[in-house]
Amino acid sequence: MKKKLLCALLALSMLFVLAACGGAPAENTDASETETSTPAEPSTPDDTAAPDEQAELSGETETNPEPADTPNEPTPAAPVEGAFKLGGTGPLTGGAAIYGNAAKNGAQIAVDEINASDSAVKFDLRYEDDAHDAEKAVNAYNALKDWGMQISLGSVTSKPAEATSAESFADNIFSLTPSASSPATIAGKDNVFQMCFSDPNQGTASAEYIGTQNLGSKIAVIWKSDDVYSKGIRDTFLEEADAQGLEVVSDQTFSDGNATDFSVQLNDAKTKEADLVFLPMYYEPASLILAQASAMGYAPKWFGVDGMDGILTMQGFDASLAEGVMLLTPFNADSSDEATAKFVAEYEKRFGEKPNQFAADGYDCVYAYCQALTAANATPDMDAATINGLMKEQFTTMTFHGLTGTESGLTWDETGAVSKSPKGMVITNGAYVGMD
Amino acid sequence: MKKSPFHFLTYILVIGAYAALQVLQARGELSATMRGMLVPICAYVVMAVSLNLTVGVLGELSLGHAGFMSVGAFLGTSTAIALQDAVPVPGVRLTIALIVAALFAALAGFLIGIPVLRLNGDYLAIVTLAFGEIIKAVFNNLYLGVDSRGVHISLLEDVTNTAKDGRLIIQGPMGIGGIQKISTFTAGFILIMISLIVIFNLVGSRAGRAIMAIRDNHIAAQSVGVNIIKYKMMAFVTSAALAGAAGALFAMNYSTVVANKFDFNTSILILVFVVLGGLGNMLGSIIAAAVLTILPEALRPIAEYRMLLYAVLLILMMLTANHPFVKGFFNRFRQTGQFQLQGDDEEKEAAA
Repeated sequence: MKKKLLCALLALSMLFVLAACGGAPAENTDASETETSTPAEPSTPDDTAAPDEQAELSGETETNPEPADTPNEPTPAAPVEGAFKLGGTGPLTGGAAIYGNAAKNGAQIAVDEINASDSAVKFDLRYEDDAHDAEKAVNAYNALKDWGMQISLGSVTSKPAEATSAESFADNIFSLTPSASSPATIAGKDNVFQMCFSDPNQGTASAEYIGTQNLGSKIAVIWKSDDVYSKGIRDTFLEEADAQGLEVVSDQTFSDGNATDFSVQLNDAKTKEADLVFLPMYYEPASLILAQASAMGYAPKWFGVDGMDGILTMQGFDASLAEGVMLLTPFNADSSDEATAKFVAEYEKRFGEKPNQFAADGYDCVYAYCQALTAANATPDMDAATINGLMKEQFTTMTFHGLTGTESGLTWDETGAVSKSPKGMVITNGAYVGMD
Repeated sequence: MKKSPFHFLTYILVIGAYAALQVLQARGELSATMRGMLVPICAYVVMAVSLNLTVGVLGELSLGHAGFMSVGAFLGTSTAIALQDAVPVPGVRLTIALIVAALFAALAGFLIGIPVLRLNGDYLAIVTLAFGEIIKAVFNNLYLGVDSRGVHISLLEDVTNTAKDGRLIIQGPMGIGGIQKISTFTAGFILIMISLIVIFNLVGSRAGRAIMAIRDNHIAAQSVGVNIIKYKMMAFVTSAALAGAAGALFAMNYSTVVANKFDFNTSILILVFVVLGGLGNMLGSIIAAAVLTILPEALRPIAEYRMLLYAVLLILMMLTANHPFVKGFFNRFRQTGQFQLQGDDEEKEAAA
């Protein structure tokens, strides 16, 4: 008898937990939420009572409708009335957190600027943490959907973006990712666009640069074997290097577990007399490689890609080691361009560090949305599917001028890829200088 | 052995929870977050009950359970992708994929079991940890392509030469991309039911008693003629097969899967479900897996502090579950009821 009681208790607790995340009474819906209609959901035909889901999480979000921000960040203004709900996921915690936070901070600056201006289009920005994991990214995306997201900033990193872009394609929510560069993010989805150039593009461009400018004849490549980004660039680099007649003498890998000691890879490059080392990776391992090469007296030319951006501002890194390093980046924080200078100053004021290209991409995404929504005469009471249709039309026809990219502006083709070409920079006296 | 009514209660609760969620979903009262988590919860529940078979019933600590999940996820998903044209019905394709995943994971469990099950206790735990990492490293470097000429496999480098009409399914560190989402909540529910039936029947059978005898005292079990390796292997392989099916179910709920997902942290997460739910207690594992999967999402409104709070809640739950008062409360039920699954040695002695 007692046992049955216990089991009933356990059963109740289980149901309670499941129900706690499930239903919430409809009267919890707050005013701003009732204005927006629900994202369409063709993927679940049995879902007949979609508007109810608006109320679902409100029980939880009620007490704290705005996502809490990092402590060093000023609390953003209360939700703007009649604003577009703009949502994004990114790694705000964990190993890749710098990228997620940079994109989020960049986007936040743009949103605050736009909301303070007389622009007709206002935004309500919300970023959710995905910890650089596809499973959590989908959860984060769903949480944003419950919030009533109308347009999406996709995900910051590639693998999570692949998962969330499939979802936003199925849900007809338009998505413009600041920095998810893998081709799979946009492949086969007509409403997913990129603000950054794709990985293969970078590999090819790097090899072309090295080939046409005769930067080296014997090339060594060190890359991270369990990283999509690194692998994607390295593969196309090798292809193009072949076409350019470059000799790749050393092709060495590392992975998450052994990303601290690079003596084996460097020695291999050194003994094979490589005069240029290509580093398709993010800047933390690259900084170690530069330091260790310097310690062993190996001084080839170094060539990095956009992940190298940020190395100069890295804490505890002797920036003189990066002297002469060449890299590809769409954004130069030291540029004398007026808009860039303003953004960099604002970013430094708020977050105490120089923005990297992820921040600039996030900033550009919001302004691109602003331009497209204004041009399409979109209003915040439209549902996500309607905005989706308008945005697809706008993005394939408009030209956008932002912090990243060239003078002539950016355009997008139907696949969602941006016409942005990587720019070669070389680090001279602790600053980027254009290579050509 | 008489079947415990406790088993039936577990079945009834699982069916009840499924029915309740289906009703809520049909009425549109489930949030998008909750709907999105239904399949992962099912997969984690199966992972937890299958690990409970190894840890709770067999009594061997395995720290590489995510490895079997990985085997199932990759090979099951590859099967589903390869059969995309041949088997157009998603349900049938999913079933085939889950069976293939379970078979391959069972094979992996068998091969790993040969050296591992000769060890005991901490040594076994460390070796399973290593195997989990090895499986991760293999899938991080595996390339598998399917075309009209058959299946091509290569390691480290993509030299599969998959023809244009085919498709490179597993792409090393990039894992599998472009997966059709064919996992459904109903499939997950059926998988949980099958897992429970398999485990309860195994535990209630003659073999199950042998397995528990090994757990309680393997020397005594050996002295009365129990074939230790055979019964250990039986539990270990069953556990691996169920984990494989869970992995395939999990992977086909997302459009992409990478090997790094199934790392040591995932193994530990599953172990946490088992320990929190109670060793040998399947219903406990089910509840713990569901609660701990939902918890981080339910804590989302507090943003940065959620993982901190999650950890604190986890510690509190562990402390509460081990508190003498709570333990005494539960033990009262154990002694009156037929909780044969509770693997608590001291208590057995106390009862004797």
